[in-house]
Amino acid sequence: MTSPQLITSSLPAWIVFLPFLGAVLMGLLYLTFGTDRSLRRLYVVLGTGMPIAATLLGFVVIGDLFSLGEGGQILSPLFTWVSIGSFSIDVTFVVDRLSMVMMLIVTFVGSLIHLYAVGYMWEDEGFGKFFAYFNFFLGAMLTLVLAANPILLFIGWELVGLASYLLIGYYHQDPANIQAANKAFILNRVGDFGFVSGLGLLFVLMKQSGFDFPSIFASLENIDPAMLSLVGLLLFVGAMGKSAQIPLYVWLPDAMAGPTPVSALIHAATMVTAGVYMVARFAPLYDRIPQIGIFIASIGAASALLAALFASWQNDIKKILAYSTMSQLGYMFIAVGLGAYSYGIFHLFVHAFFKALLFMGAGAVIVALHHEQNIFKMGQLGSKMPWVSRSMLVATLAISGLPVFAGFFSKDAILAHAWASGHTVIWGIGVFSAYLTAYYMFRLYFVVFVSPAHDAPQPLPLPRSMIWPLGVLALGSALLGFANLPEAYGGVGSFSQMLHLPDHPVPLGHLREYLLDGFNVMIASLGIWVAYRQFGRARQSLPIPAYSLAWQKALANTLYIDTLYDQLIVRPLRMLSGFFESAIDTLLLDGVILAVVKGYRLIAMQFARLQNGQLRWYALFFMAGVSALSLYLLVATGGV
Amino acid sequence: MTVNPDAFFGLAVLLFSLGVAGVIGRRNLLVIYLSIELMLNAVNLILATFSRLRPDEGGSVIALLMIGVIAAEAALFLAIIVQIYRTKKSIDTDTFTELAQGKKL
Repeated sequence: MTSPQLITSSLPAWIVFLPFLGAVLMGLLYLTFGTDRSLRRLYVVLGTGMPIAATLLGFVVIGDLFSLGEGGQILSPLFTWVSIGSFSIDVTFVVDRLSMVMMLIVTFVGSLIHLYAVGYMWEDEGFGKFFAYFNFFLGAMLTLVLAANPILLFIGWELVGLASYLLIGYYHQDPANIQAANKAFILNRVGDFGFVSGLGLLFVLMKQSGFDFPSIFASLENIDPAMLSLVGLLLFVGAMGKSAQIPLYVWLPDAMAGPTPVSALIHAATMVTAGVYMVARFAPLYDRIPQIGIFIASIGAASALLAALFASWQNDIKKILAYSTMSQLGYMFIAVGLGAYSYGIFHLFVHAFFKALLFMGAGAVIVALHHEQNIFKMGQLGSKMPWVSRSMLVATLAISGLPVFAGFFSKDAILAHAWASGHTVIWGIGVFSAYLTAYYMFRLYFVVFVSPAHDAPQPLPLPRSMIWPLGVLALGSALLGFANLPEAYGGVGSFSQMLHLPDHPVPLGHLREYLLDGFNVMIASLGIWVAYRQFGRARQSLPIPAYSLAWQKALANTLYIDTLYDQLIVRPLRMLSGFFESAIDTLLLDGVILAVVKGYRLIAMQFARLQNGQLRWYALFFMAGVSALSLYLLVATGGV
Repeated sequence: MTVNPDAFFGLAVLLFSLGVAGVIGRRNLLVIYLSIELMLNAVNLILATFSRLRPDEGGSVIALLMIGVIAAEAALFLAIIVQIYRTKKSIDTDTFTELAQGKKL
């Protein structure tokens, strides 16, 4: 490894700053002028201009970064935030190979989604507010990915949570949406509690030797491995919340209450991948605690399977995609848990493209059909919305992992790594989830775009800004897999090499890799075939499925896990707070305070009786007082 | 002729006590006023006595001054009593209970 080259530049700070600036400007405009529609063009210029400017700056920074060689970093030190003795926390942004990839996703895919949102939100009253929030999210996410120390990362982590909350509850007229926003926020607090505890513990263990990433990684070897495992576990609890893994995933399907561009950007492409990014960022730490890594991979595998099962039984187009996101995040956690950090990041990278595309396609369909989200009320849209249908097909093929599309390379690399490192159970679960992925994605595709429609509503024409970003993303979904072409296919795994993470590649013969990949393709094809038999050949419109068997009902209701959480956690909590409210608060605390008040009152009433208004009594008290004082003086001066 | 100063002190204490008893025990404002005068004069007596016991004329001077002040004060006091009588047609202190709080004793 060559010695790391560092250069200082203000560009990374500008990349973070521009979206925030946009958010503030649009927020002020919106607060001043309210829902004035004549300002929409200004909002468009600001709201899309800032992300695009950040993207362009990002390309410049990436160019600079590659001139530095491996391990190079571009630092953007702004100011020292906290300074206690020799210890200080600096607000510094850093672009290295890992944060570069995330920055690219956030700015590039983010800009496309902003452009798409112009069309999607055009008729909305709160156009300016939406873009202010959206730009704010982008700034927060960039703070998260470009942070040079865990404190700044945590600030970004919380800010994206806030942006997510604001945007999930964007249609706040419906109380259900507010509830969904609260659910997301509160479940994320559970995860964040773990995250911040992990950071605090790490800070204590470090014993004051700086708290930026390089100094943390340098002092890792002095830390007790058992404590390090605890730190790793706690940090992962944060990732569970943010990246919607078992058991903290239940907020993600509900988060679909927000506008579809929000689902595409925050709850598919960027924010939910923050957990994976965090684990990869802490790769040197997780490298020392492989047992926690296996735990992470197991959680990932379980989440991938569970979410894929749920997605296969959902009827709401956005919920299918939400569970699919959770499932794909599970794959990423398998990768980073088993030490294949670059594979995880690569899957994250391509997933951002095809999942954003899927959501944007779904949003286009939803808008065209007057906000209908049940796939069984759609149909035959393939001929009516050709571009949406084609780009959706590309994304569906990509997520199903069919060859040459991006998902094939990224997902199969993860599965092959799981097999090669000897975790065959995780591999098996991954393969079965891949089968389900192909099934539920093509179920969605066939039902929405191919099968005959119910009463054939005429889709509304869509603005052009909602169509062409799909094309760009479709191109990415189709071709980006070649960025990390493995050796078996004549590549060199350039993306993984470029990332420069402490991977643990396990050599796997080319023949085995061909066999594994072939098996995966067969499995995926099987899923597609089953979906085709069920939904692709229908001559009449498909009815909304009515499930009669108990297990079918259970799966369609996501195994009643929300109800279970409600019964196990929410209700006992409610009862406990009820107990505290009625017993502890009302009886004990209020009781004590009221008793004190009452006591004072009683005593005061007794004294008040002295105030009887009769002069003679006053004179008597006066005399008694003077006499007592005189007596005291006599005694005190030794007169008696 | 010298008289034992204790006799003066005893007289002063007696006068003062009578005054206190009058202020506390009587309800007639005029009698209360008389009792207050009694107490003031008890104090005057003590001042004069001390002045004689020690080679210091200050006490006597203050006593003389006080007699003047008390005369002025008597005019005010009597005027106030007249005003009070005009409002309530009574100089019984028990009729003035506007400042009472709580139950009467």
